[in-house]
Amino acid sequence: MIEARGLGKSFGAVRAVHEVSFVAADGRITALLGPNGAGKSTTLRMLCTVLRPDTGAALIDGAIVADDPLAARRHIGVLSHSSGLYPHLTARENIAYFGELHGMTRHASRARADELLGRLELGDCADRRAKGFSQGQKLKTALARALVHEPRNLVLDEPTNGLDVMAVRSLRKLLVELRDAGHCILFSTHVMQEVSALCDDVVVIARGTVVARGAPEALRASTGLAGLEDAFVQLIGSAGSA
Amino acid sequence: MSWRSILVVWRKEFLENLRDRRTVWAALFFGPLLGPVLFAGMMNFAMSRDEAVQNDPLSIAVAHGERAPNLLRFLNSRGIDIEHHAYDDAAARNAVSTKRHKLVLLVPEDYARRLRDAEPASLFLYVDQSVQLTGRDATRRVRDTLEDYGRGIAQGRLILRGVSPVALAPLVTQTVDVSTPVSRAALVLGLLSYFVILAMLMGGLNLAIDSTAGERERGSLEALLTTPLERAHILYGKILATCTYMLLSLVLTVTACAITSQFIGFERQGMSANLGPGAMLAIVCCVAPLIPAGAGLMTIVASFTRSFREAQSYVSIVIMIPALPLAFVNLLELQRTLPLMAVPSLSQHFLMTSVLRGEWPTATEVVLSVGTSLLLGAALAWIAGRLYEREAILG
Repeated sequence: MIEARGLGKSFGAVRAVHEVSFVAADGRITALLGPNGAGKSTTLRMLCTVLRPDTGAALIDGAIVADDPLAARRHIGVLSHSSGLYPHLTARENIAYFGELHGMTRHASRARADELLGRLELGDCADRRAKGFSQGQKLKTALARALVHEPRNLVLDEPTNGLDVMAVRSLRKLLVELRDAGHCILFSTHVMQEVSALCDDVVVIARGTVVARGAPEALRASTGLAGLEDAFVQLIGSAGSA
Repeated sequence: MSWRSILVVWRKEFLENLRDRRTVWAALFFGPLLGPVLFAGMMNFAMSRDEAVQNDPLSIAVAHGERAPNLLRFLNSRGIDIEHHAYDDAAARNAVSTKRHKLVLLVPEDYARRLRDAEPASLFLYVDQSVQLTGRDATRRVRDTLEDYGRGIAQGRLILRGVSPVALAPLVTQTVDVSTPVSRAALVLGLLSYFVILAMLMGGLNLAIDSTAGERERGSLEALLTTPLERAHILYGKILATCTYMLLSLVLTVTACAITSQFIGFERQGMSANLGPGAMLAIVCCVAPLIPAGAGLMTIVASFTRSFREAQSYVSIVIMIPALPLAFVNLLELQRTLPLMAVPSLSQHFLMTSVLRGEWPTATEVVLSVGTSLLLGAALAWIAGRLYEREAILG
């Protein structure tokens, strides 16, 4: 379970995030939906301990991450904005390196990497260097890297950016599998189709703060609009005028 | 301190960079080979030119040589060939400035008369001082020969007047050279410490940049920072990998120096190089303690920059800093003293030079040099680690 309690963060005079609160429950896929620059990435970075919040607290499985960031990191897998693989390492080495960083033995992390490579249908990339990977292969490898230590919680920052339809579909399938296995999945996006195709809960964020949250259906109902996109535009618009 | 995680990071950085052609070429090929080879080439060229200047027949143009037949015979006897011309002042200037001759010696019309009357007799040597060292060497050789000739005439005159020529030489200074062939070679090889330290720093350059600015630019830094490791420990692993490449670079550079010094014609100049396996090992051991300081310095500078390219331009300038004290050695003619052994990079230069001279440094000197260098390295690594813990490291 991932929880944000009144999170706030400023960079100099710029207030990036202000009073952001929500809960992403286990066994559900939660989307952090918002336009570019709304504060999605900053929020996620605070939740996965890369940034320290100025106000409020981030909680992973009920524990405040700022109290023991290293422990919190053992329970989350993070897929950052860019896949960020090491170009001179093979897919297997990229994954196994993070296994070792998570304290697994060399042997165990290799075995785990092989298992994930099989599960994500990356077998033909296992011994190729990441330099020549397609966007889809890169994303899958980065996802395997995020899952190497079997975290309960998974945080993904705009995972479908730059992917073709086939890659998006296989990613969705995988996320649904993970959800059904009881994982807590939180991802940010500005793409409406993602939300309607995948999400159990939506948190709409605009100008650094939460403007609405609930199930996609509930959001549509609350704005009285038929399409989710129209509902989204109205929610963001009301935040803009506020 | 978690040594296990530091080693995991070290192993990955070492392996990854071994596969990066750019790093391997810079660290393990260009740095170690280019310097010594260039140096040996330059030295060989300079030495063989020196020999050529001293021994080769020199040919000069003489205008109106018929006015001074004895002088010409003397020049001939000293291995200077004469080319006869009938230039006047303007033609002589012209001949030198148009590079038809390097040197023109003009004998004026009144030369013989003034010499006969024991008045100072002028000779004109036309030369273009703005061209080439070789031109200057030839000029000096001609001037020295002319002075010898004049001294001979002066002695003859004194004897004619019943005065011993010895009266004109109240002081005779004898230079006693106590240098050995090895120490004379060290004077030349001393320049090598500059090449060695610079090549060693260049060996770690790519890795220091890659581990900070490069990691951020690729987007892999954020994922790395979500692993349950202290950020400082991640960086220590990276600095350790940088140090490893610098050590490899150092060993290769010293080896390359030892090999290329075989091709510098030291023996022809009465020198011999003290660069056997023992001296090589001693040099590596003397210079290696500077490695952590260099790696720390480069990492700190690179962690302030936003991209690989920006880091590259700053770090390339910053690696000149450890090389700076070496420039002062020559400018200020610094001698090896105990307090100076506490200055990193300068102390490595002194230790290296003394090994090359075949004199072993004292234990105190070695301890002081190693101690201060390692201390500086630890301090810089600690600062780099603290910088890595800032949030701004994500850019």
